[in-house]
Amino acid sequence: MATAITRPTRRSIHPLHAVLLASGLPLFLGALLSDWAYADTYEVQWINFAGWLVAGALVFTGAALLWAVIEALRADAPRGRGRWITVGLLAATFVVGFIDALVHSKDAGATMPAGLILSVIVFLLALAATWAGFSGPRAGEVK
Amino acid sequence: MSRLLALSATALLLAGCGGDREVTQYGPNPDLPDKQRGLLPSMTIADPAGWGDRRPAVPAGYEIKPIATDLKIPRQTLVLPNGDILVAEGKGGGDAPVMRPKDVIASYIKKKGTSSVKGGDRLTLLRDRDGDGVYEGRVIFAEKLNAPYGLALVGNSLYVANQDALVRFDYRPGQIRASGPPVTVTKLPAAINHHWTKALAASPDGRFLYVGIGSNSNIGERGMAVEEERAMVWQVDAETGAARRFATGLRNPTALAVQPGMGQLWAVVNERDELGPNLVPDYLTSVRQGAFYGWPYAYWGANPDRRVQPFKEEMVKATVRPDYALGSHTAPLGLAFSAPAMGGAFGEGAFVGMHGSWNRETPVGYKVVFVPFRGGRPAGAPVDFVGGFQADGKTFGRPVGVTVDPRGALIVADDLSNTVWRITPVRPGVPAQAVPAR
Repeated sequence: MATAITRPTRRSIHPLHAVLLASGLPLFLGALLSDWAYADTYEVQWINFAGWLVAGALVFTGAALLWAVIEALRADAPRGRGRWITVGLLAATFVVGFIDALVHSKDAGATMPAGLILSVIVFLLALAATWAGFSGPRAGEVK
Repeated sequence: MSRLLALSATALLLAGCGGDREVTQYGPNPDLPDKQRGLLPSMTIADPAGWGDRRPAVPAGYEIKPIATDLKIPRQTLVLPNGDILVAEGKGGGDAPVMRPKDVIASYIKKKGTSSVKGGDRLTLLRDRDGDGVYEGRVIFAEKLNAPYGLALVGNSLYVANQDALVRFDYRPGQIRASGPPVTVTKLPAAINHHWTKALAASPDGRFLYVGIGSNSNIGERGMAVEEERAMVWQVDAETGAARRFATGLRNPTALAVQPGMGQLWAVVNERDELGPNLVPDYLTSVRQGAFYGWPYAYWGANPDRRVQPFKEEMVKATVRPDYALGSHTAPLGLAFSAPAMGGAFGEGAFVGMHGSWNRETPVGYKVVFVPFRGGRPAGAPVDFVGGFQADGKTFGRPVGVTVDPRGALIVADDLSNTVWRITPVRPGVPAQAVPAR
């Protein structure tokens, strides 16, 4: 809308997009901690938790990725290099998270150590993606 | 030797194509390739189709006929002294809670390769009144059972292994209907019941019953607490119902049989998954009292499986090697010792019903093989006895229980087409030609 473009204040991220973007992070953190607990104790319930947490995180990350792609493609999206950073980081999070989910579908100790290593990487990616998503320029914003 | 070369050539070809590498994996010394498991397990699920005009293939000199159709998941059969055949129908398990996202996906996929008919939870009796090989009599002998599987007759006692209890019916020769509800001999481990089939055999003197109890997981991924009294064969006192462990470490002992004349207990066992298309071979073995056969810590003797955590190193050394490999993922579910009346080449040995693979790209199993014996021990390669369960990418049937009628017939239960098949020598007494397994 024309009025929005001329508005002098910084436009904030859409609340629903914020929820999708932010929800993956604690779930990936939970998966990482559960994997750590499993690697330490080999108590199966921890690896079961980790499996669900990764799956849940993928749902939110997937939706946030879709939203970010649509936003980046919008006609009023800001020009510049930063435009695709969030999309790229979310895509990387989703791909590594998906591999992590496949590793978590292996049985018992076969999930380790790959599951824990991937959970660390995917948590760091999710952290970066969430950071970029909340701090980057967005459609409709005045430069 | 030329056979071996042909096999190696096939193996090379297949390796080139990127399919499952074929290995020689029957007998006492199977090839055990390295463990492998990609991110996605390779799977080929049976695509069920009706038999139509097709029939399973049997060797020259034999014929096969369906003697009962439209059953409700026939699993195991028992030939009674008067020639009547009892069929145990049912489908157990399904109570395992979903623990991981994988459980949701795996159960959906595996269901596609099985019959959609609801298990009958009953015993059906088939009778051939005039001995012409047509079983015109069909009655329900007993119903309201709980996924009955193993069957054994000792004198006037008919034992049925339900998925949760070993029960006993009184049986008079010629009886066509149970005279009342069964008596419970002993409860059987039934929590979760991931591998729910309870195999059954009786000792020659009838004093003991042997019950095969499968594990509650592939390799203990539900935790070892739910594996108490699982993956073992119990010896149950027929009189008192007192049970004790007879042999342990048997992942899923799906059929038990006592060797005629020797009194030795044998079992077919389904081994673990997710180590690749050619691990771990399922096997046929004599069951030694007190022996530990490896599950979950080791397979085929002292080969450790360190996916199991916490790992117990001492259990690897304690593992006994089985007698005879039947190939990985072939899923043997039936075992019966032959009788001379089956005809020359098939007179001495054991028939094994193979339900067939699912977690392997190239399907294996889906047939009944004959393992020849000499001097009471397996001797030589398995021979295909009933095949043709798959063609053109479709699966028409999946063999489960096999039973030898001492009058000269093999009875095969097929739980996909819900049929009981009967294979007989065309002219009894004329030796048939054996064809080696592919």
